[in-house]
Amino acid sequence: MSRLAVVVFVIVCAAFALSWVLRAGATEGDHAVRDAFLVTLSAFMTLAIMSFMYRDNPYYKFAEHLFVGISAAYWMCVGFWSTIVGNLVPRISEGLSDFFKVPYSGGGLDFDLFFLPYRVFYLIPIILGILLLMRLIPKTGWISRWPLAFIVGTFAGLNLIRYLQSDFIIQISATFVPLFVEWQGFGDFVSRLSLAADGQFIAMLSNLVIFLGVFCGLVYFFFSKEHTGWFGGASRLGIWILMITFGASFGYTVMGRISLLVGRLTFLFRDWLGIISS
Amino acid sequence: MSVPTWERIVGNIGVIIVLLLIGGGLVWLFVRALRGKEVDRRVVFAFILISVAAPLLLTITFEMKPTHIVQELYDKIDNLPAGSRILLSFDFDPPMAPEVQPMADVVSRHVLTRGHKAVFMTLWATGQAQFNITLEDVIRRQFPNAVYGEHYVDLGYKAGNEGVLNVIRTDFKKMFPTDVNTVPWDSLPILEGIRSCSDFDLIISLGGGKPGVKEWVLFVGDPTGVPVAGGVAAVVAPMLYPYFPSQMCGLLGGIKGAAEYENYFRDNHPDHTDMETPAMIMMGPQTVAHVVILAFIVIGNVLFFVNRRKEVKR
Repeated sequence: MSRLAVVVFVIVCAAFALSWVLRAGATEGDHAVRDAFLVTLSAFMTLAIMSFMYRDNPYYKFAEHLFVGISAAYWMCVGFWSTIVGNLVPRISEGLSDFFKVPYSGGGLDFDLFFLPYRVFYLIPIILGILLLMRLIPKTGWISRWPLAFIVGTFAGLNLIRYLQSDFIIQISATFVPLFVEWQGFGDFVSRLSLAADGQFIAMLSNLVIFLGVFCGLVYFFFSKEHTGWFGGASRLGIWILMITFGASFGYTVMGRISLLVGRLTFLFRDWLGIISS
Repeated sequence: MSVPTWERIVGNIGVIIVLLLIGGGLVWLFVRALRGKEVDRRVVFAFILISVAAPLLLTITFEMKPTHIVQELYDKIDNLPAGSRILLSFDFDPPMAPEVQPMADVVSRHVLTRGHKAVFMTLWATGQAQFNITLEDVIRRQFPNAVYGEHYVDLGYKAGNEGVLNVIRTDFKKMFPTDVNTVPWDSLPILEGIRSCSDFDLIISLGGGKPGVKEWVLFVGDPTGVPVAGGVAAVVAPMLYPYFPSQMCGLLGGIKGAAEYENYFRDNHPDHTDMETPAMIMMGPQTVAHVVILAFIVIGNVLFFVNRRKEVKR
């Protein structure tokens, strides 16, 4: 480690220790010291992650590794307590439910083992779960394909029906929109002409955009015919529609990223430094 | 027309200085681009940081007019008769919280203000902690008379993703035999008469990941016909707009949707004029940052064409 790195490390430690002390002095409540430490630690982690903008450095690496490690541990604990203890235990055994202090939801086909009643049906996911773990042993790894096939097949079956219904049939029917909304003749249309968002003209324009957008977008993906003539024109319009869609998506993505930055800066300015009120 | 007072002018001096600073910097970069000089990426980062931090420190806010899709959700909640049962699912985590938490807060506030019965749950393990924020900041602080188990209830998190939705579509109690505090379903008055998702008047999912709003539409909304609305992070909002209005009755897209809802709710509820408006505060930095990003796109294009012309001359 170079001398400069040591100096920077000492300065960073001193700055955040001072921040902890000052924050503890400004925090009210019984756990002021603990709360101040957590806020200071969060601020350090935030700045450590942001320091990557300048260049890669040990502070960024430390924060990144800590985040990944804590996330993995957190999800492992959540998986155990919510899936096994939360979902499986209350359905499988009254004794285990008492042990884990979760309410037992009994009923169904029971059998007794070691003086404790078990529900047979829910032993199947336990067996499949154990088979899934066989992947950890190289020689028996192939066994894990059976439960994996079961999972993939179940979700494919579940999703196929729902996606077919909601993303295909209903979406197609939602595209069948009237091109002439509340049409009562050209004279009536001209007399009622307005650019209001809920007006007749905008409604017709909106429906026309939906019709042309979907039609030309589909034409672009039709590769069995050469994209020339009017077909090529529709295809090019389809490309424009797609580009506008991607542009809108990108705009929303930028908005989302800026929101994250605002969220972090709000934390730094309000919770850590206390220079803004809300 | 109101004449600007001296105090307002002085108060806006900070804003003017910052805008001049950012504008001047962009002009300097534009001139550099015309000369064909490239910009270090750290300069771009610094500009974004300033353009986000300055409006936040100076509290630059903008009035937001609700768009049709936001207005529909507001009207749906507003027009339901008092005592209607609304299911709110907090399907998000801390990374999404800057965008979705303001939505969750303002929608929960609206639901309770209208006297509806709010049933809270989550399909994300992290959603429980996010609901606790709404519970502390909104429900307990602003609705002290709201009784747990009577006006609102927290069913907590249940693992299983789409599997949970598939079950509660027909039998809610089977998946949630108790609330989050292990209080049995039958001893909670608010849940009386609820057997499945079909017994709710409205379902609102707040999230942006999977499972989220889309799964609620696919697995619950479409098969049962219960109106589904959502509030989502900006990244997924464009993918959900096609579901409106046939499959969704409203959608808050990103922080802008939240800000529109906050503004409209505050304007229409005089007893909430002093409520916190985090989404509206965030729209100041959003607007300035977007202008700066647009300027950078222009500068980048200028630089590209200048360099290309130089190469052609060579």
